[in-house]
Formats: sequence, structure tokens, C-alpha cells
Amino acid sequence: MIEALGFGFMQNALLAGLLASVICGVIGSYIVVNRLVFLSGGIAHSAYGGIGMAFYFGWPYLISAAGFSLAISMVMAAVSLRNRERADTIIGVMWAIGMATGILLLDMTPGYNVDLMTYLFGNILMVPVSDIVAMIVMVAVICSVMFYFHGDLLIMSYDEEFAQVRGVPVRLLYFLMIGLVAVTVVLMVQVVGLILVIALLTIPPYIAEKYTNSLYQMMFLSTILGMIFILGGLWWSYTHDLTSGASIIFIAGFGFCLSLIIDRLINLRRKKVWERAHEISTPR
Amino acid sequence: MKKRAQSLVSIQGMCFTAGGLDILHDINMQVLPGDFISIIGPNGGGKTTLLRLILGLIKPTRGSILVNGDNPRSTRTPVGYVPQHVNHNLSFPVTSLDVVLMGLFNPARRGRFRNTTEEKDRAHAILDKMGIADCADRKIKALSGGQRQRVLIARALISEPELLVLDEPTASIDTKGRTDFYELLKTLNEELTILMVSHDLMIVSSYAKSIVCLNRCMHYHQSFSSSKDVIDAYHSCSVEEVCPLGVVSENQV
Repeated sequence: MIEALGFGFMQNALLAGLLASVICGVIGSYIVVNRLVFLSGGIAHSAYGGIGMAFYFGWPYLISAAGFSLAISMVMAAVSLRNRERADTIIGVMWAIGMATGILLLDMTPGYNVDLMTYLFGNILMVPVSDIVAMIVMVAVICSVMFYFHGDLLIMSYDEEFAQVRGVPVRLLYFLMIGLVAVTVVLMVQVVGLILVIALLTIPPYIAEKYTNSLYQMMFLSTILGMIFILGGLWWSYTHDLTSGASIIFIAGFGFCLSLIIDRLINLRRKKVWERAHEISTPR
Repeated sequence: MKKRAQSLVSIQGMCFTAGGLDILHDINMQVLPGDFISIIGPNGGGKTTLLRLILGLIKPTRGSILVNGDNPRSTRTPVGYVPQHVNHNLSFPVTSLDVVLMGLFNPARRGRFRNTTEEKDRAHAILDKMGIADCADRKIKALSGGQRQRVLIARALISEPELLVLDEPTASIDTKGRTDFYELLKTLNEELTILMVSHDLMIVSSYAKSIVCLNRCMHYHQSFSSSKDVIDAYHSCSVEEVCPLGVVSENQV
């Protein structure tokens, strides 16, 4: 493993992994506490339409995919604000249409022979330098938005109605948040792919939420967990010659199960302590 | 009848319609400092809509609402709001103290990351006043429904509002908790004005100073001698929309 660090692609992969875990830790926490997982899944899958457009029209991949998912995410955000009860249905429809568009466009692209799997499952070992630059910019954008609007986003995530009463521009920030999710998803495609990005956005925050007392602690812990999962998955895929995206998600899934087991053990221990305490206080 | 004081909330000829349905019709209402008003009425009578209008969450279709002589949308409005649902977003990683501190949010102070010690002391003091000082560092998930309710009231109180608006605050509290809760409101009423929606007809009569019946139109009742009067008023509103207690159309108040 150590000698692998000498390779340029490995250094890029490590850097991309660390940046990805910061982005996923922060944005993923907002996604989980705002219950935007399904909407994010919709954005991730419909981003495929943007990839199709990139190939069909010969546009640059990152700009085309980011533009397409930004546009579609704004429509989804508007729909979910307008018709909250049936938002999931409409998001599901757009999810499917976006993917179908991508596949049709790729079909119609003359001489098409791109490896679809790269976009569906990603390949962190082939992250180009341009993507790393884009990720650094994204980390900067996310951090500045988060620092400036931290109060607004916190109150709004916890209680939207109260936020509105206190004068938080809820609608504007909702669109901003979903826009950030859309760009995040597109950037993550290189690391873990369209299908698996949701796992990386949700598993670390979900675990972190249970053991932390504030949104910022949650973001910090999920960033650390994300780093462990990504680096662990990278090492596993390198040593055993496996697909990197799937390895990362598998490690994350393992961590998820482990956290459930740890929860169980903690509860059992508490129960034991309780039982012991009650035996002492009620002598037979 | 009553001397005209500077009213906290002043609603004149207000109508609200949604999707062609008349939800509120020609509402006139004055909330004066020191009032303890309870709004009762059947489901779909527009109670929550009226609160949302006063809070500035929605705009009236016709007529005007002034809160402290100002548009309800202005953020300087000194209104504290306690929502109906206390058991929402329970997994959110936040302690009671931080929830209370959320009440201090002000868009003008964006960019400041930490709360000052003085603000934290104030939050502790209010939690203490609510009788849940020991819950300050516990996550909201680890609290009971009644404790959460108090945390939400503390959140509304920390911004030192003149008017406290509550939407069915006792929906998730047991009978004993309800009596305690109304006693608490009574104490709070010594310092601030209270406007709330409640279905507890029996209890309301002995705590609220005046009662408003809302079923599309509004009927105002100055005071009640027994809970039977409240029930009569309630039924008169929902069935015939006529008030037998012969009270006061609002422009006389």
C-alpha cells in the first residue's frame, strides 16, 4: 500500500476521497436532517440525462451534467414546495425520465462506446485533476454558505415554520440547499458513481446523528466516518483488485451494520445496569 | 365598553380564501395588551389559518392585519410562536438548550457563529422558569412530550415577545399535564399577552379571559361563568353561526 502512494493516480484518489468526505459530511447531514434522501436520489439518477447530453452534443462533461441536474433539481424543489403530499411521486417520475433521456441520448450518439459503468459506479482511481479542482472550489463554496447561513439553515432544518416566523428566507434557502445537493451529486459521480452516491451521502450522517449533540458535531463526525469508509474502500479495492466505488459503499454498509450492533449492545448494557440496580433496591 | 388601548393585534374586515373556498370571512378583532384569548371552533373553522395570518406566514385576501401597528411580516414583530406539533423531527441532533437559543435568531446578526455566555445564561434562566432546568443538556429525543412543549415555549419566550401565540398547545399532553400547563400560561399572562387555539373547552373557561368562536365568521365572548356556557357558545357557532350569549360584535369592543 505504501509504495502505491508513489503513483500520481493514487495521490489524486486519496485527495479526491478526502475532499469527497468533507462534501458528503456537510451536505449529507443537511440531506438526512431535512429528509431529502429521496429527492437527492432523484437528482442523482436524473443527472444521467446530463451525461447523455454531454456525449450527444459534445459538451464538457462536468458543466453539462451539473447544469442538467441543477435545472432538474430546481424543478423538483419547486414541486416539493408546492405539492408536498405527492412530491415523492413526481420526483420518482422525473427520476425515471432523466435516466431514460440519458440512455436514449447515448444510444443516438454516433460511434458511442463509452463505458457506462464508469458513471454508474464511478472510479476514484481515474479522477482527473480538473475534478479535484472543482471539488476544492465546491468545498470552499459549501463552507462559506454554511458559515454565512448557519443560523438560518439550522433553524430551518429543525422547524421550518418557526424559521419562517423568525424571518428566515426559507424558500430561497431551500432552493440553495437543493442546488448544492445537485452539484455535490455530480461531483461524487467520479468517486462512487450515480447509483452509490446516496449511500455515501446518507450512511455517515445517519451513524453520526445518533452519537452527536449538534448539527456541527454531526457534520464533523460524518466527515471523519466518510474518510474512514473511502480510504478503507480504496485500500480494499487496491489490494484485492475490486471496483473502487462498490468497495467504498460496502465498507460504509459494513460500518452501518456495525453501528446498529453497537446500538444494540449499548441498550443491552443499559438494561443490565437497570436490572442490577433494581435487584439491589428490592431485596427478596 | 373597554378603554381603547394601543392594540397588539388589530384585524379589520379581513377575508381569506384558498382555492375558491371562503375560509375566513369578514374578521374583525383586537388583541389588547394583557389579554388571554382562546380561540375555539370546529375543525376547518379557520383557527390555524387565523394564527398563520397573524404570524405573517400567509397574506390576507382582503382587509388588513396590523401587529403592533406594523405589517406582520416585519421581523421586528415581537411575537413568540409555539407550534402544534411537538413530536416532530425528533432524531435531530440538538439539545434543549440549543433549541431555546434558536429563538434568538435574527437575520441581522448573520455570520456570528457562537452564542455569547450572556445568551446562554438567559436560555438557562428561561428553562429554569419553565421548570426543566435539568433537561438543558439532554437531546430532545430523550425528553417527554410535556418537557418538549416547555422547551418550545422557552424558545418562544427567549426573544422577549409581547404576544405569545400557541396552536393547540395541549394536544400531546395528558390531563394532569394540561392543568399544569394552563397554570403556567396564567403566570406568563401576568407579563405578556396570550392568544391560543384550544379544544379544551372545560379547562379554557377557567383560565382564558375571553373566548373567540371561529367558524368562518368570528364571535367574540367577553367572559364565561361556567364551562356549560362555553359549550353552548361552541355549539351555537358550529351549528347555526349565531351567538346566543348576545355578545359584542367586535367593533364595539
